[in-house]
Amino acid sequence: MSEYVVELKNILKRFPGVVALHNMQLAVKPGEIHGLIGENGAGKSTLIKVLTGVHLADEGEIYVNGEKRVFKNPNESAAAGIACVYQELNIEKLLSVTDNIFINKWLKKGVLLDYDTMHKRAKEVMASLGQDIDPSKAAGTFGMGVQQMIEIAKAVLIDAKMIIMDEPTSSLGEKEVEQLMRTCRELKSRGIGILFVSHKLEELFELCDRVTVIRDGEYIETRDIQDWTNDSLITAMVGRTLENQFPKEFGTKGECMLEVKDLTIGGVLDHVSFKAYGGQILGLSGLVGAGRTETVRAVFGADPIDGGQIFVKGKETHIRSPKQAIQAGIALLTEDRKGQGLVLPQTIRTNLIMSSFKQHSSGPFLDEKKIEQTGMGHIEALRIKTPSIDEIVGQLSGGNQQKVVIGKWINADADIYIFDEPTRGIDVGAKVEVYNVMNSLVKAGKCVIMISSEMPEILGMSDRVVVMRGGRVMAEVDRDSKHFNQEDIMKAAWGGSLDD
Amino acid sequence: MTKKKSGSFQLGTVLALVIMCVFLAIANKNFLSYSNLMSVLKQTAFNAFLATGMLLCLITAGIDLSVGANAVFCACLMGCMNKAGVTSGILMMVVCIIAGAAVGFLNGTLLTRLHLPHPFVSTLGMKNVLWGMALLVTGSQMINNFPDSVQFLGKATISGFPVSFIVVIVLYVIMHIFLSRTALGRSIYCAGGNMEATRLSGINTANVLTFCYTMSGIMAALGGIVSVGRSGICNGANATQPYDTDAIAACIIGGASFNGGKGTMVGTMIGCLIISVLRNGFTLLSIESAIQNVVLGLVIILAVFMDVVRGELEAKRRRLAAAK
Repeated sequence: MSEYVVELKNILKRFPGVVALHNMQLAVKPGEIHGLIGENGAGKSTLIKVLTGVHLADEGEIYVNGEKRVFKNPNESAAAGIACVYQELNIEKLLSVTDNIFINKWLKKGVLLDYDTMHKRAKEVMASLGQDIDPSKAAGTFGMGVQQMIEIAKAVLIDAKMIIMDEPTSSLGEKEVEQLMRTCRELKSRGIGILFVSHKLEELFELCDRVTVIRDGEYIETRDIQDWTNDSLITAMVGRTLENQFPKEFGTKGECMLEVKDLTIGGVLDHVSFKAYGGQILGLSGLVGAGRTETVRAVFGADPIDGGQIFVKGKETHIRSPKQAIQAGIALLTEDRKGQGLVLPQTIRTNLIMSSFKQHSSGPFLDEKKIEQTGMGHIEALRIKTPSIDEIVGQLSGGNQQKVVIGKWINADADIYIFDEPTRGIDVGAKVEVYNVMNSLVKAGKCVIMISSEMPEILGMSDRVVVMRGGRVMAEVDRDSKHFNQEDIMKAAWGGSLDD
Repeated sequence: MTKKKSGSFQLGTVLALVIMCVFLAIANKNFLSYSNLMSVLKQTAFNAFLATGMLLCLITAGIDLSVGANAVFCACLMGCMNKAGVTSGILMMVVCIIAGAAVGFLNGTLLTRLHLPHPFVSTLGMKNVLWGMALLVTGSQMINNFPDSVQFLGKATISGFPVSFIVVIVLYVIMHIFLSRTALGRSIYCAGGNMEATRLSGINTANVLTFCYTMSGIMAALGGIVSVGRSGICNGANATQPYDTDAIAACIIGGASFNGGKGTMVGTMIGCLIISVLRNGFTLLSIESAIQNVVLGLVIILAVFMDVVRGELEAKRRRLAAAK
C-alpha cells in the first residue's frame, strides 16, 4: 500500500500549440484535505480533467493506492474511486434528490425502480452529510448548498477514495460554507482524501492539511499548511519574471471619457466606481468572478442595472441597450468571441459592418462599394489572413476572428473601447497586433479599458489599473505608483489591502 | 451570404425541378399545355406568399406555424364583412391586411417582449386560436359572392397568365433586394446567425424579430385574399389544411435552415414551384389523395433530411479547409 490515495508524477499535457501541464506533481493522502491553488490559467482545470479522465495525459503516471492507472474516460476514473464536484453542478433540477443521487445507478426490484429503498438510502446519505431533507422533492427546490451535497452524496455512494472540489464555496452563502467545511472534516475522518481547489486563502488556512501551488501549468511547491503564509502563497503563485512582450506606447492623458459611479446590480456588483481617461489604457484586474465582465456589460447596456450613474465625457448618460451605448460612443469587445462577438456563419463583409450599418448605407441600400473599401482597409491594416472579404468568419483562425471583431468596432468609430480578455486563445503574434491596435487607439486620444486575467498583460499594457474582487473595487493603482507590481495587485485581488 | 455556394446548391434544386417536369411531360402530354402550366403558377401563388413570411421567420432561427390559419382567418374576416353587408372590396382587403399584420405583430411580441421560449409553441397556439376565430366569424359556414375587387388578385389573368403570380414575382424581386441590400435585411440574417452577438452590435434584435413576424402576418393576409379569388369562397375549416408545412417545405427545399441565418428568395421560389408541380402531377396522374399525402409528407421529411446532410457536408468541408 502506498502512502498516498492518489499520486500524479511528472504529468505532461499538450494541446495544439500549447503545453498546458508539465512537470506536474500531486500527492493526496487518505484522510487529508489537500489545497490546490494557482492563478487564473495556471492549469488547475486541466489538472482536474486529467485526474477525472476527461483529458488523457501525454506523459507521466497516475497512481491510485500505489497502483498505476490510465484513465481514458471519466467512467474509468470514477471506477477507480475518484469523484469530482465541479463548480458548475451537474444537477437535474426538475428531478428529485433521489433521482439525482442514483442517476445511472438505479436500484431495481425486477424491472421496476425500487424507490422505497432509494429514498431511504438517499435520506441516510444526505443526513450523514448534515442535510436532513426529504429526498423525494425536486433538487431545484433546494439551495446551492444542498445541491452541492447531492453531488458529494453521489461521490460517497460510489465509495470514492478521493473527492475533488473545484471552487466549492464560490456560490455558497456563509452558513453553507460552514456546513461544507463540517462535511469535509467528516469525509476526512472516514479516510477520504479531498482535493480542495479554492481562490480563497482564508479557507485554505482554515481547512487544509497541506497546500500545493501550481503556476503556468507547472508544479511549484507543496508544504504543510503551517509552513505557508499569505505572502509566501502569493509569491509562489505569481513568482514569474516578466518578459517584455508588450510593445506599450504612451498617449497623452486627456479628459475623463467615462465615469462610473456606484454601479450596482443586486448580488453581482456593489457600488462600483471608477474613471477612465482618453489617451490611456485602464486595466481591470481581478480573479475570475470578480465582477469585471459584469461591470462592462452593465456600462454597455447589455444587462440591466439596479442603481448607479454613468457619465460619458462628463455628461450623465442613461444607457439601456447596446444600441444606446454605441450611440454614446462606447464599443465592447466581448470575452466570448464566438458566442457574443461574431456571427460565425456570415461573411467577414457582413460581420465588419454589423455595428455601423448607417455609415455604410446610401439611401435605403447598403453601399457595397464602400463596405468593400473599408473592409479591405481593415483586412490590410489588421493583417487578417483570408482569401477574400466574402470568406465565412467561422472558417478563420481565432486570432483572425478577433481581428474581425476589432475591425467591426473600429468601423463603429467609438470614443471608448472596452476590450474583455482581448488576447484569450490567440497566438503570440496576433496578441502583439491586438496590443498595437490598442496603442494606436490611445494615441488617437481614445479611451481604452482592458479586462485581463493575465497579470503580465495588465502590467505590460495598462496606464492605470482598477482591481476588483467580489463585485467591488478593491484598489486603483497608477503606473508610477509603488504598488504597480504583481504582488500588490494580486494581493488586492485576493482581498488584501494596499497600505501606502 | 455565400453567393457561390448557395448558387451551386440552387443548381441542384433547379435540376430536381427540371427532372420532375421532364418526367411529367413524358408521363402526361397535358402537363406542358399552356393552361396547365398557368394553373400550376396560379396554385404556386398562394404558397409563395406564405413562404415569404415563413422564410423571414426561418432566417431568424424561428418559425411561424400560424401562417396557414392566419390566411384562412383573414379570408373569413372578409367573408364576415361580406355577410354583414359591406360592399367595398377595398375596405375588406384593408381590414384583412391589418388583421393579418396584427396577428403577426402579436406573435412577434409574444416572442420578444414576453420572452416565450421557441416560437414553435406560441405560433402553434396561435394557429388554434385563429382556426377557432375563423369558424366563429363565419358561423362555421362557407361564404361566397365576394366583390370582384377582392377576387381580382386570385382570379384575374392577363391572356391566361395569372395576375397573382405577377404580383408574386414583383414581391419576390422586392424582397430579394430587401434581404440582400438593406441594413434591416442583413440584420435578419445576423440575428439568425447569432442573436446575442447581433444585439451586442447595437442592433435591436427584438424589433427585427417583431418585424419578421409582422411581415409573416401580412403575407398570410395577402395569401388569404388570393385564396378567396381562386376558390370564390372562404371556409374556416380550411385552417387545418397543411398550408404551414407546404410553406416550410418550400423554404427548406430552397436552402433555408431550421438553425437560422440561411435562405434566399430565389431558392424559396424554386421550392414553391417544386411543391406545386408535385401536386399538379398527382392530379394529372390521378393519384388518389391518400397517396398524395404520403408522398408529400415524405418530401418534407426528405427536405429536412437534406438540411441536416447539407449542414454535415459544410462542417466537413470546413474541417478540411481548416486542416489545409
